[in-house]
Amino acid sequence: MEAEADAASAGAADAVLAVEDIHKHFGRIEVLRGISLTAHTGDVIAILGSSGSGKSTFLRCLNFLETPTAGRIHLHGEEIRTRADRAGALRPTSHRQLTRLRARVGMVFQQFNLWPHMTVLANLVEAPRRVRGMPRAEAVEKAEALLEKVGLADRRHYYPAHLSGGQQQRAAIARTLAMDPELILFDEPTSALDPELVGEVLTVMESLAAEGRTMLIVTHEMAFARDVSTRTLFLHDGRVEEEGPPDDLFSNPRSERLRKFLSRLLT
Amino acid sequence: MNVEVMIEALPKLLEGAWLSLQLLFISGFFGVLIAVPLAIARASQNTAVKALPYAYIFFFRGTPLLVQLFLVYYGLAQFAFITENPILWPILREPYWCAIITFSLHTGAYIAEILRGAIQAVPHGEIEAARALGMRRSTTMGRIVLPCAARIALPAYGNELILMLKGSALASTITLLDLTGMARTIIARNYMPLETFLMAGVIYMTITFVLVRGLRFIEHRTSAHMRPRPTGPAEGNPAAAE
Repeated sequence: MEAEADAASAGAADAVLAVEDIHKHFGRIEVLRGISLTAHTGDVIAILGSSGSGKSTFLRCLNFLETPTAGRIHLHGEEIRTRADRAGALRPTSHRQLTRLRARVGMVFQQFNLWPHMTVLANLVEAPRRVRGMPRAEAVEKAEALLEKVGLADRRHYYPAHLSGGQQQRAAIARTLAMDPELILFDEPTSALDPELVGEVLTVMESLAAEGRTMLIVTHEMAFARDVSTRTLFLHDGRVEEEGPPDDLFSNPRSERLRKFLSRLLT
Repeated sequence: MNVEVMIEALPKLLEGAWLSLQLLFISGFFGVLIAVPLAIARASQNTAVKALPYAYIFFFRGTPLLVQLFLVYYGLAQFAFITENPILWPILREPYWCAIITFSLHTGAYIAEILRGAIQAVPHGEIEAARALGMRRSTTMGRIVLPCAARIALPAYGNELILMLKGSALASTITLLDLTGMARTIIARNYMPLETFLMAGVIYMTITFVLVRGLRFIEHRTSAHMRPRPTGPAEGNPAAAE
């Protein structure tokens, strides 16, 4: 049912995510200049780059929180159907298809974006109930198991504002996990945190990687990218400047730009 | 000043106050029903969708409530298709319903603007989170945006409710015996305007006081997530436990 007619294109059928030649303009500025990427089950792909390199925009294009100007995105072999609007942005043709595919792709934001008027538990229960139609008791049971997993079981009746940043981000990760996503996008998940709270979030993410989950991580945490990712991308100026196993990129950067980027961060 | 006259007038004035309260709460209820779709349309990005509620709100904020009341009460009766309509006329010939309809439309316009501001004040990230989880737009609106917006709008809505209480005095101009109308009727008999209006004013103030208290209670009940967490003896301070 999920596999549609154009599934075979680009040999994307067995990939969780296949992105072909994504472009994105903001007005006359071209932020993404053709990025392609394929992620298979269990891939943990770290996306590095200095600010303005387009890495967050790229991630946000994947679930159409941002509309790309050109390119194709396949999720589990199913292409997100789009057409160009008058301004030149690709609009999803079928909102129903988009919401269905979004439900299978998790996203963790820099600013957590928990819903402030709901307790942590209610935040986790909401999407499974309203999107999947899961019975309440089942959703609660699942949410409690996930909160246990991220170490927040005793905080389940707290409101987000009463948690530390690290706790909020762990709750946000648990909220995404509640939908059993086949792919999780992390948009600088630790950039808004106090330094001493970064570790607890990275620990949770490490355990997810160890479970074999497919993840795309935009991050500034170099040590984490090096240790946890299976593949690393370095974006510069809207293009993939360098790509490969993290050890190669970090030990033998081929491009001058990556060398400069690393030396600025590691010294 | 004759206190005896004031006490004598009290039962009749309270009768009038009961009508004022009916006008206030019934039109307040319908006003919210009108305001929610208007506000959602006003907050839309689409110019065509925004235009109709804009015109509506512009009219009801741009003309005096008294003029609107007269338009409905005296104006609509000019049209034969209304006076001959078996459903509309029994309603529109009653000053009570004319007042309710006018007040609802009027307060609805103001509430819509309050709510539009509140909808636009909901942080965009919360909406993105809902979208990213695959929520449909209507679910996002009903479960995330409107509950947050309602809480943001509550203080301003309370203000509007209090303004409407005093605006409802205009009902007395179309023969209704609300608190003000009743006071004027009593004065026509006892010729004691100072005592009677003073008593009416005291009743208005009492109602306002109860409204303010009630609203403050609701605000408190719906803002647990905005206050510092009360540190209970069992669970302690969440920040310290980190």
